[in-house]
Amino acid sequence: MKGGGTVGRYTAGSRANHWLTAICLILLALSGMAFFHPSLFFLTDLFGGGVWTRIIHPWIGVVLMLSFLGLFLRFWHHNLWRREDSRWMASINDVINNREERLPEVGRYNAGQKLVFWLMSLAVLLMFVSGLVLWDEYFAAYFTVDQKRLAGVLHAAGAVLFCFILIVHVYAAFWVKGTLRAMTRGSVTGGWAWKHHRKWLREEIRTPAKGTGD
Amino acid sequence: MSTLQSLDIKRRSATTAPSPSVRESAEVAKLIDISKCIGCKACQAACMEWNDLRDEVGHNVGVYDNPADLTPASWTVMRFNEIEVGENLAWLIRKDGCMHCSEPGCLKACPSPGAIVQYANGIVDFISENCIGCGYCVKGCPFNIPRISARDQKAYKCSLCSDRVAVGQIPACAKACPTQAIYFGTKTDMKNHADGRLQDLKSRGYQTAALYDPPGVGGTHVMYVLPYGDRPTDYSGLPANPRISPLVELWKGMAKPVALAGIGLAALLGFFHYVTKGPNEVEEEDEEKARAMADRENGGRS
Ligand code: HEM
Ligand code: SF4
Repeated sequence: MKGGGTVGRYTAGSRANHWLTAICLILLALSGMAFFHPSLFFLTDLFGGGVWTRIIHPWIGVVLMLSFLGLFLRFWHHNLWRREDSRWMASINDVINNREERLPEVGRYNAGQKLVFWLMSLAVLLMFVSGLVLWDEYFAAYFTVDQKRLAGVLHAAGAVLFCFILIVHVYAAFWVKGTLRAMTRGSVTGGWAWKHHRKWLREEIRTPAKGTGD
Repeated sequence: MSTLQSLDIKRRSATTAPSPSVRESAEVAKLIDISKCIGCKACQAACMEWNDLRDEVGHNVGVYDNPADLTPASWTVMRFNEIEVGENLAWLIRKDGCMHCSEPGCLKACPSPGAIVQYANGIVDFISENCIGCGYCVKGCPFNIPRISARDQKAYKCSLCSDRVAVGQIPACAKACPTQAIYFGTKTDMKNHADGRLQDLKSRGYQTAALYDPPGVGGTHVMYVLPYGDRPTDYSGLPANPRISPLVELWKGMAKPVALAGIGLAALLGFFHYVTKGPNEVEEEDEEKARAMADRENGGRS
């Protein structure tokens, strides 16, 4: 722990990488959902109309893919599943009811965060691949019409999955107070680390060099 | 392609509210009698002429098909095929183009409000100024008809000369056909006329002659009289039982509004979790415990 009782969690690079990904995702969700259902077509107004939305959306997808790849390479090894994660998951009721004292000690990430990480990785890959198949302006000639139809189904289903993950992820950051500053300032308070990620705090105290986050 | 229309609109892409429907109009249809077609392509020329389209001059690909496929500027093409029927060779010539389905897959797939409309008379028309160029209509169509232009990324196809029909004219292709293989009128009249043609064909030995008005897409407003009605696919791949792909039905079906409701519900659930369970906060006592842990681990160094 540094003076002032804070612990480093994310470097400036990680934070920039995270927020670039987040911005891309929000823009993708807004522009993509405009085509998802007629009731949401008004969202195209945010991007300069239907044609511009259609043009811009896949390019944001390309930026997202690159940006997310950066996040993945930074964080994947923190997200490997461990035995205590299954126990944590089994006590999800205590998590939801704010009874954290009943949960096993957690390392850098808890099982919920790891699940979000892997689901997100899977979803980004799915969206990228199905998105390319749908991207007629450049790739129309490379796929059969049935492949494109399937891509349409998968891309739409993936988008729904995405919205669910985003809701969980964003809500968790809002609900667990003191979390957001990890991504805005890079550090958390000792108390936050003690309460939510005690094992990680212990490691950080023993070898503070690792405290930069990645 | 047109925007200035005096035809009533029955259905509109990406629109959930009902269209005006007090006035009822008769459905129209084009009947293409393949037994009378000589493959002269006058209809192709008339289509270019009326719609003021000039395709690029292509290459001879070794068969009569010219151009070789539908394009954004060629909304109809004659497709040629040779088959053996018993001892004989039959030369099958089919005028390909939009079938103007009663249940159009293109319209179902289109995400842009009003980019595809179906008029009350059954004609399916692309309203280009509303087209965003996503290519979904191509995926929706069971007949492989719409083509996206590389010049403006918009979709094009036969309009059944909706602009002519709106003012009481028959489509340009029907007008130009020298053998009158293309008839145009109300759908009922066209079906009646087809009956007569089928009788004639059957009396001349075409036992399997049939009318092509596929029920899988609710019937079409372009119909064929097929001399060999039992083998539609021999007519250059005319689908035997066309229907909107189940994948498109799934993609554009009820699952979507249900999924949207699910997303809304999830967000609502989050809100109510917060107002019932409250935030998960760190207390001063947690900070103290963290400090105590640091002291313990570092033997008082920190
Ligand atoms: C990762 C790279 C991505 C690529 C290359 C991509 C590409 C595309 C393309 C080409 C379309 C067809 C419309 C158009 O041409 O603009 C589309 C539609 C769509 N995209 Fe993406 N996309 C990507 C990521 C995402 C993400 C992350 C979301 C998250 C919500 C998303 C949501 C949607 C939705 C909802 C649609 C409409 C689907 C429908 O019509 O049912 N896309 N995407
Ligand atoms: S043939 Fe294709 S383009 Fe024509 S109305 Fe049917 S689905 Fe639409």
